[in-house]
Amino acid sequence: MSTQSSNGRELTFGGAIREALAEELRRDPTVFIIGEDVAEAGTPFKVLQGLVDEFGPDRVIDSPISEAGITGIGVGAAMTGMRPVVDIMFGDFVPLTMEQMVNQAAKVHYMSGGKLKVPMVLRTTLGATRRSAAQHSQSLHALLSHIPGLKVAVPSTPYDAKGLLKTAIRDNNPVAFFEDKLMYQLKGPVPEEEYTIPFGVADIKRAGTDITIVATSSMVHVALGAAEILEDAGLSAEVIDPRTTYPLDKKTLIDSAIKTSRAIVVDEGYERYGVTAEIASVIADSAFYYLDAPVKRMGAMDVPVPFSPALEDLTVPTVDTVAEMAKNLCGRT
Amino acid sequence: MSEMANNKSSVQGHTSNVDSEHYLHMYQQMARIRAFEEKVNELYTSALMPGLAHLYIGQEAIAVGVCEALKIEDYITSTHRGHGHCLAKGASVDRMFAELLGKEAGYCRGKGGSMHIADIDSGNLGANAIVGGSAGIATGAAFSAKHLGDGRIAVCFFGEGALGQGLFYEVMNMASLWTLPIIYVCENNLYNEYTHYSETTAGEITARPEAFGIHTETVDGQDVRAVYETMNRLVERVRSGGGPVFLLCNTYRYHGHHVGDIDRTYYRSKEEEQDWKTNRDPLKILSRWLIDQDLADQNIFDQIEVEVKAEVEVGAEFAINAPYPDVSEVDQHVYAE
Repeated sequence: MSTQSSNGRELTFGGAIREALAEELRRDPTVFIIGEDVAEAGTPFKVLQGLVDEFGPDRVIDSPISEAGITGIGVGAAMTGMRPVVDIMFGDFVPLTMEQMVNQAAKVHYMSGGKLKVPMVLRTTLGATRRSAAQHSQSLHALLSHIPGLKVAVPSTPYDAKGLLKTAIRDNNPVAFFEDKLMYQLKGPVPEEEYTIPFGVADIKRAGTDITIVATSSMVHVALGAAEILEDAGLSAEVIDPRTTYPLDKKTLIDSAIKTSRAIVVDEGYERYGVTAEIASVIADSAFYYLDAPVKRMGAMDVPVPFSPALEDLTVPTVDTVAEMAKNLCGRT
Repeated sequence: MSEMANNKSSVQGHTSNVDSEHYLHMYQQMARIRAFEEKVNELYTSALMPGLAHLYIGQEAIAVGVCEALKIEDYITSTHRGHGHCLAKGASVDRMFAELLGKEAGYCRGKGGSMHIADIDSGNLGANAIVGGSAGIATGAAFSAKHLGDGRIAVCFFGEGALGQGLFYEVMNMASLWTLPIIYVCENNLYNEYTHYSETTAGEITARPEAFGIHTETVDGQDVRAVYETMNRLVERVRSGGGPVFLLCNTYRYHGHHVGDIDRTYYRSKEEEQDWKTNRDPLKILSRWLIDQDLADQNIFDQIEVEVKAEVEVGAEFAINAPYPDVSEVDQHVYAE
């Protein structure tokens, strides 16, 4: 909705990430990237390709396969004047960083009475249906969204990815930045001129009147696909992308639910105790008297992500299952 | 005094070159830490101090010998047993007590407490209640120092219990690969909480950093002169780009793992404790040496003890009377501006 000024320029999601990093590396000499295969290899997804050529191996640093170690070094470097971007190749490796993220990064500012800061970004991935099985397919952003002291971004478009990543790097707090692996080739408008996107501001990806679909990251595109189906069925769906799970733009979500009187929350993390639960609760609490149906949640099935394509595809919300749920909520079965 | 210490970096183990004033200062620092910790014990057991208290008594020569070889702007990270490191690096007794009692005047506005004291003005990036938890932070600080070219070095204090944590091996590997200016100071006080380290530590401790190509030395952690002189050499090596070093300090924790650990006979004997207190006490070792060298007499040490005890009493009184943080502080400083 907020990308009209691109004058036709398009980038892939991965290209937008790379451009954001390049611009911030150029702008601020304290920014550096550290991670496995980030330099010459440019990561397995090739998102960082070429950065080492411009910025050199002292700022685009190939590390050992030591997720906890590089995160810890990132925390310490951030506390002492640098702005690290720690690259954690797969979101499934975030658990290896959890001690440093949860007990160190998230708490340093508070425990020091506001004297120390951790301006660090942990970039990682989420998303299933890549046939990568249980340890390379999870969407674990809820784990970090749970922790006071951390901020979490889940961009869904190239435009949002670039603007949010630049904000993340400039933020004085630890930010976990989740990118859907399957979106790296997705193209979208990105203007030439400099911009950032503030955290905690949801974006209405599609306006509608009959039902609100709140969706994050990859699920925004699922929700937009469902909205097309619903339109054919005569239902007008509003698709809202919170863009950051913390800080969370509660007002935009609540206002939309009040307007449409129905809401579904779609997220690729495990459904139980997940992002969908938090957002559904926010809507139910504040829009209760305006709702014509219970707020529904659609997350990943509560199973380890299976390898077999025949099984894996059953575990995540799809255009069809979201449209079906919306029709049910609107009494169109 | 840290500046003075640095100026003595040419000393290569010839103790006669170091003036007695500096060693008396080190004695005073050790005596201050001991008096502080004894007061902590008293405050805790009289229910004036909430939470947990892990006393540093017995290990004073390490914090003092190490920090005297550093500049004020050099970084340290500390541990749950961290009061000695904080004081040796330059924290003041009154604001330390205030933090321990959860008061607003504390170094962290009372929000950190005994196990989380940080004081960036003295280069202290924080004590840490996760064993081994600060290894990454210290190594990251050394990374910053190298990349910013600001001439600082980092010291990571940790106990031998932290040798069980994998993070250490990850960051020592990177510190060595990238020639980071860091000194890993391992204080082996023999006990991982309530378990003798020999039950938890395979092979030789020093073989571990050596496997990463890290220069490693061992020192008597009860002898502040030995710690200081070794550190002076190591600091010079690290500051001039020689890469990380590992210093193993053999020492002993006089008290229990924490103040409540009173009955310790199931894991160590009273005879063992008494032997260290009688024969290997860091304050006694230094005062005896100074007296033997005719550099001081007992009156000086008695006077120092009176002074530090008075300072500690005043500091504790300040903290007891200081206000708690306002309730509005509870959700402040969760996020930085």
